[in-house]
Amino acid sequence: MKFGDGATSVPALVDIDLNVSEGEMVAIMGASGSGKSTLLTVAGGLLPPSSGSVWVDGKNLRECAPRQLSAIRRRTLGFIFQDFNLVPSLNTLENVALPLELDGVRLRKATRIAMEALALVELSEYAGRYPSELSGGQQQRVAIARAVVGGRSLILADEPTGALDSSTSEIVLGMLRDRVDSGASCIIVTHDARHAAWADRIVFIRDGRIVDQARSESPSVLLTRSRPESTP
Amino acid sequence: MIGRNIHLLSIYSALTQFGGPLSVRLGLLAILNQGPCYGYQLRREFDRRTGSAWPMNIGQVYTTLDRLVRDRYASRMESDGDGQVTYAITDQGRSEVDTWLSSPVVREGASRDELVMKLAIAVTLPGVDIARVIQAQRTATLQLLQSLTRVKNSTTDPTSADELAWLLTIDAMIFAAEGEVRWLDHSEARLVRAVAEGGVEPLPLSGSKVRRGRPVKAAANE
Repeated sequence: MKFGDGATSVPALVDIDLNVSEGEMVAIMGASGSGKSTLLTVAGGLLPPSSGSVWVDGKNLRECAPRQLSAIRRRTLGFIFQDFNLVPSLNTLENVALPLELDGVRLRKATRIAMEALALVELSEYAGRYPSELSGGQQQRVAIARAVVGGRSLILADEPTGALDSSTSEIVLGMLRDRVDSGASCIIVTHDARHAAWADRIVFIRDGRIVDQARSESPSVLLTRSRPESTP
Repeated sequence: MIGRNIHLLSIYSALTQFGGPLSVRLGLLAILNQGPCYGYQLRREFDRRTGSAWPMNIGQVYTTLDRLVRDRYASRMESDGDGQVTYAITDQGRSEVDTWLSSPVVREGASRDELVMKLAIAVTLPGVDIARVIQAQRTATLQLLQSLTRVKNSTTDPTSADELAWLLTIDAMIFAAEGEVRWLDHSEARLVRAVAEGGVEPLPLSGSKVRRGRPVKAAANE
């Protein structure tokens, strides 16, 4: 992956080989400018790589026509951003239903599916509220619902906890984790090691290259003895 | 409900300076302030209240109790019918517990942290790939952080004081591991900068004669 032309081109990502399975959360860490967000953009088909290929759900994005690519983005991928990116003039339910409506799903059906997604993030009772009436954590939960609505299975999250305090971040991460444990895949870009630790795998990027990968061990490695009995 | 518990002493002591002999001693004394206890009972109470993060053998408990008695913070009571010796706190001990609970913990500036020492020495040696040392450590610490996070996430909100104590302990470990990762990232960036600015030459052994070396005789006898 390169940015720029000819002599001024700068390699942004080099020799990246990354597989994300169903039910897996992968965190991307690295210093500013290391290529984390570029990786997410390429994985989401928003930028074509200058060489190599990106496969999503069995399809090579390079070989997809623009219309197919948009369809994959609408039906398979869900993006989550640091600043939530909800449409301020739409209420919570309409924000979540929006990708379905853009995909041609009828309003009534889209509304029903969007309500199901809102229930997953425990915001059913906020369906009629507007983004300005929600806290940051609630807005990000709406963004999660929008990212997974209609069975979309690959969540691409760019610093989803960047604008949230510590305990709200944990709630948001817990909900992302729930979606992954229910079968979705997730790539999350984060600066925060504590948040990256929610992932099954942490990939470190420096100068556009993967330099390091940490896989979580089973907690049983740490669980070496049972809880002591309480003193009567 | 926290259904599991963990034994993390070795990894935790590598990450923090908590749990030194002084805090164990005062921790036991603070428990003793709740009422007389015998040694095994005190150990069980200590485990229960600290999430078993610093398990002690019974010998350590009795050694500590002996010191508390020596320093007049506790007294040995008559043994009961089962031959169990019970210990009780003294007024002096109570005042020590009050002081402990109301004072901040002061850490020594330069702890004997093996990792810090290892990196500090490594940057002065020739032929050591520091970036690799940092990377290997970061991978290991991130793995620990992931495992701790999983353990924490597998528990629900605490419903009792010992569960809360356990969660506080896990949180402390998580923050300590995160701090270590941040320090490693920072060290890596510092290293890159130092190399870019002309390199960091390894330190050769100093040429000047050391005045107080080990006596030749003693070294020869080994």
